Amino acid sequence: MAAVASVDRAAQPAPAAPPRRRRSFPVWRWAILLVAAAYFLIPLWAGLRFAGLKAFGQVVGYQGFGSAFGLSLRLALVATVLTLALMVPTVVYVHLRLPRVRRIMEAVTILPIVIPPIVLIVGVLKVAPGVLLGTPYLLALLYVVLAMPFAYRSLDAGLRAFDLNTMVEASNSLGAGWPTTLWRVVLPNIRTAILSATVLTVALVLGEFTMASLDEYVTFPVWIVQFEQNAGPVSEAASLLALFVTWLLLMVIVTAGSWSSRKRGGGEVALFTVVRQDYGQTMGEPE
Amino acid sequence: MTTNTAAGTSAGVRGQPGGGAGAPVALQAISRSFGSVRALDGLTLDIAPGELVALLGPSGCGKTTALRIVAGFDFADSGSVTVDGKDMSPVPAARRDMGMVFQSYSLFPNMTAIDNVGFGLRMRKQRSAARAKRAGELLEMVGLSAQARQYPHQLSGGQQQRVALARALAIEPRVLLLDEPLSALDAKVRLQLREQIRTLQQRLGTTTLFVTHDQEEALSMADRVGVMKDGRLEQVAAPSELYARPATAFVAEFVGTMNRIPGHYDGQDGVSVLGSVVPVHGERPSGLTDEVDVLVRPEGLTIEAVEGGNGIVTDRTFLGSLTRVSVLLSGDVAVKVDKTSTAAASLVPGSSVQIGVPAGEPVLVAPRR
Repeated sequence: MAAVASVDRAAQPAPAAPPRRRRSFPVWRWAILLVAAAYFLIPLWAGLRFAGLKAFGQVVGYQGFGSAFGLSLRLALVATVLTLALMVPTVVYVHLRLPRVRRIMEAVTILPIVIPPIVLIVGVLKVAPGVLLGTPYLLALLYVVLAMPFAYRSLDAGLRAFDLNTMVEASNSLGAGWPTTLWRVVLPNIRTAILSATVLTVALVLGEFTMASLDEYVTFPVWIVQFEQNAGPVSEAASLLALFVTWLLLMVIVTAGSWSSRKRGGGEVALFTVVRQDYGQTMGEPE
Repeated sequence: MTTNTAAGTSAGVRGQPGGGAGAPVALQAISRSFGSVRALDGLTLDIAPGELVALLGPSGCGKTTALRIVAGFDFADSGSVTVDGKDMSPVPAARRDMGMVFQSYSLFPNMTAIDNVGFGLRMRKQRSAARAKRAGELLEMVGLSAQARQYPHQLSGGQQQRVALARALAIEPRVLLLDEPLSALDAKVRLQLREQIRTLQQRLGTTTLFVTHDQEEALSMADRVGVMKDGRLEQVAAPSELYARPATAFVAEFVGTMNRIPGHYDGQDGVSVLGSVVPVHGERPSGLTDEVDVLVRPEGLTIEAVEGGNGIVTDRTFLGSLTRVSVLLSGDVAVKVDKTSTAAASLVPGSSVQIGVPAGEPVLVAPRR
């Protein structure tokens, strides 16, 4: 089939990326960076010195490590799945149909940060049905509440950087129903935001102590505290190990997310940062 | 209401991508309010199969609301939209078989150009190979075969809109809806794409509703243009008729350049202006007194260099074969007159001229400002 118009049928190279300017990094920025690095790294260094390298090898063999770490991972998985299953459709719906409710949503989702975890867990333990009181997964439900502020903000930022209304309408006009539109159009384009929400939820669950302790389940942070009474250096090694494992996990998710996102012209995976899709930046370039 | 159909344009395109025969579309007395704002007020419009109708009007006149109601993205408070005689009210947007090109770039960023074009076919359960073949043909049709595997962020604005056009046409829509698809593009690309859309539309014979605020776009692309104001159609007519015989003062002033010259209306069919009595045509606005403004296009005025004339040339703008001469009449009335550039050579700023309206040429009148 011949082209109808004579509009530049020849291959049109993609717009070349502008040469990157070298950013200057003034001395005061280095100073701030050094102070911040010292603030975070000195305690880590002190912990490493106190624990000693030997202790790291002993952590895994200690009683209760496997079950505690396993429970934390299971809770992280359940809490993340529940958080995304609840929050993604909700935030999408609010953006599409109830944009005026966004301010209220922002206020509501900040509540778990304002209300101390101890108040939440004590209240929930009083009213929770027996079937939930007998299982650690009550904690997963509570972690969903705790993760809500972070997940909401990540997803909200992702959706704001994406022309959701137009995409949904374009998808509808091409014959896609709601489930298809959500699965094939919306979710792939807020993948970065979903990864951010996942990262934050996993980090929160792996580090949460108060609720697990009061619900009397030995999650990894609870195990570390109990263990500290008997073997300080090994407990310290376990803490550092937990930190590094969580860090590694987050870096893997962030790197994978950013690579996948960049391939499609999306933004970096960044916590609480508006993820910019750069489609449209080439607008109006001569062809 | 008369309709201009793009006769003979759909022949021989069935079976080709985008070759769905155009269907007649009828908007019947559509009204839509948003709170206290009446966006559409009894809009009625018939579009013949294969016809391209442009809705033209200023921001807030209701043209986009009308398009969204046809698409199924919004709903009328009253009235109906029928396609091929079938009421569309209960049909969701996804089942209307209408292709749409949006103002903002609406390509799915997670899909390549060919996947974007094939999306609608995928929704219609077409097999992967057939889908790829057809999407490839559509991309070739808009001249973007080489960009098939590129993501939207790797395409320029004009290329993205052409992919969006191919995507909308891939489903062989019964109706093509264009929501200011050129407004985000620069002038050169806009002109190219304008011609391409029109050529494709005529070739495929797809009934098309095109919304724009750019009169040049509307007049150059459409079979008929509907000028909207305050949720109502002021006039629907072929571009040449709209320009030459505007039905209302609003249409006259919105489409093209129009002079307002004080005149005296006789209350019947004549108006006295610049020493001539000329017939009045079109709508007589309510509240019309004998003191009126007469509306005449720049090419509708006569100009002659004479000593002691009724105006002074203040400026000249060279437009190629024509020159637009600005003249200040007595009473501080500024008018513009188009003359051939050869004839306008002697009309230097400061020279005295006689401006007139040819007797017998019908004019529009509006209440004096």
